[in-house]
Amino acid sequence: MLDTLSDLYWTYQNVIHGVAVNGILALSVYVVLSIGQLALGQAAFMGIGAYFGAIATTKLGLPFPVAILASILTPAAVALAIGAPTLRLTGVYLAISMLGLGEISRLLLLNWDYAGGALGLSGIPERGDVYLLYGVLIVLIIAFIFVGRSRLGRAMEAMREDETAAGVMGVNIPRYKLAALVVSAMLAGLAGCLSAHLSSFIGPNEYGFEEATTILSFALLGGIGTPLGPVAGATILTLLPEVLRFLADYRLMINGAIIVIAILFMPRGLLSWRMKRTV
Amino acid sequence: MLQQQLVNGVVLGATYALFALGFTMMFGVLGVINLTYGVYFALGAFAALWASKAIGLSVWLALPVGAIVAGCIAVIVDTLLLTRLRRAKAPELSSLMVTIGATLFLYTGLSVIYGTEVRRFAPDFAPSAAFEIAGVRIVATQALIVVAALLMAGALIWIVRGTKVGLAVRGVAENPDAAALMGVNGALVTHLVSFMSGALGGAAGVLIGLNFNAIQPFMGENMMLRGFAVIIIGGLGDLRGALIAGFLLGIIEVLTAGYFASAAKDLVAFALLVLTLWVRPVGLFGRAAAKRA
Repeated sequence: MLDTLSDLYWTYQNVIHGVAVNGILALSVYVVLSIGQLALGQAAFMGIGAYFGAIATTKLGLPFPVAILASILTPAAVALAIGAPTLRLTGVYLAISMLGLGEISRLLLLNWDYAGGALGLSGIPERGDVYLLYGVLIVLIIAFIFVGRSRLGRAMEAMREDETAAGVMGVNIPRYKLAALVVSAMLAGLAGCLSAHLSSFIGPNEYGFEEATTILSFALLGGIGTPLGPVAGATILTLLPEVLRFLADYRLMINGAIIVIAILFMPRGLLSWRMKRTV
Repeated sequence: MLQQQLVNGVVLGATYALFALGFTMMFGVLGVINLTYGVYFALGAFAALWASKAIGLSVWLALPVGAIVAGCIAVIVDTLLLTRLRRAKAPELSSLMVTIGATLFLYTGLSVIYGTEVRRFAPDFAPSAAFEIAGVRIVATQALIVVAALLMAGALIWIVRGTKVGLAVRGVAENPDAAALMGVNGALVTHLVSFMSGALGGAAGVLIGLNFNAIQPFMGENMMLRGFAVIIIGGLGDLRGALIAGFLLGIIEVLTAGYFASAAKDLVAFALLVLTLWVRPVGLFGRAAAKRA
């Protein structure tokens, strides 16, 4: 029994890691979607986190916890610099500047010789394991459920449903928006760092528009009523390509179609549960 | 040398301006940041390429073919994706997300059909004669690009500002419900605006294809970054702003590449975008809009 399990683990190692990493990314996009904003920066933040984390361990020989810290703080700083002016405006500006950020960070990474340029960074030491990955994911889910059921969660949901009304009720809208964006950037950076230290190679083209939209499709498929929705969406969309291997080239078309269908026909996603609150 | 750089900048800027005009009009009238716009850009170039190779059309006929094909596809995509959301008066972010999904779908589809290798126009497709004015070398293709872009931009601004159709378009942009009550056929205006925007995007694709002589499915993705920058610098929905910001961006990019570093060229658009958001989010000529519930 144990042998079979261990065989299974070695065969499907990438998928098992992928589910957890994508779960964290799904939570990252959930944070901003849950206050009614659209931020497509997750892939860029993930790339920034992956690169700074990998440079810390590979090039500078720093310990893994320091790399994790770097991969959380750098994207947060970028999110602050872009979010601060943008969040005073309507959501469209945030969406546009985040899409721009994705494209620009790809170009920067391509031209950054120290980090390998177009060749990417290879030989990243293997750090962390499946326990760390799922530990982080589970802690995050529990934390989000607690936040979601608190006053904070109520304020966030109020913002999503009607920003003006929430503002009138005393919710500090700009502060919540910026906080959500920064937290989202931190989680994406963390996910990037963890995945970089499991795959030993990262390249500049892994964090572009396709990755950004794939991350968005996790949350839209799963639904954003509770944190479990996006994680379920991520799990399905990570396992699906394994089952549907014959689709190969069409895989991204399916992700695109899922986004369209989810918005048009099932706006609450697959798991349409709502938070239970006592506050 | 500076004059030569300026000429190159104006040529590049003309294509940016044309691209951004359609993009910003789509937002201004239909209220949607339609990301599939980058696909029309690539489709226009592919259609013109096909017209020139398969039918042997000259550049003056292939350009309108590219524009019309892109325009028609824009109408189809808009109708399929956004009619339902428009009827439900869904928030603008839902519409944006639908177009994101569709963009991923269409890009992947295009690259599955056409492959990702770079295609080129035949060498004799566009006039390649060069002439010199006051020490500045201008290739006929460059002149063609600027003239075509200015003609189309002028036609668009004339239609929107000076005709009865344009009045209806501006009415829908201002307030779709009020426009409908005044007897404007909203659905028709929506189709018309989608067509015009898609056609401008497609035409910009043909012109960029001519300028760099490289056509591939993802060419729109790089262009979208410039598009975002130009429509924000010019002010969302502002045609005049987009026209001027487009030329400005082209000129600044070329000057940066010439006098600073060619790698920095790609950073200009994003740097200007973030700068605009910090200091003047309403754009070059914009006025702050009142926020309504």
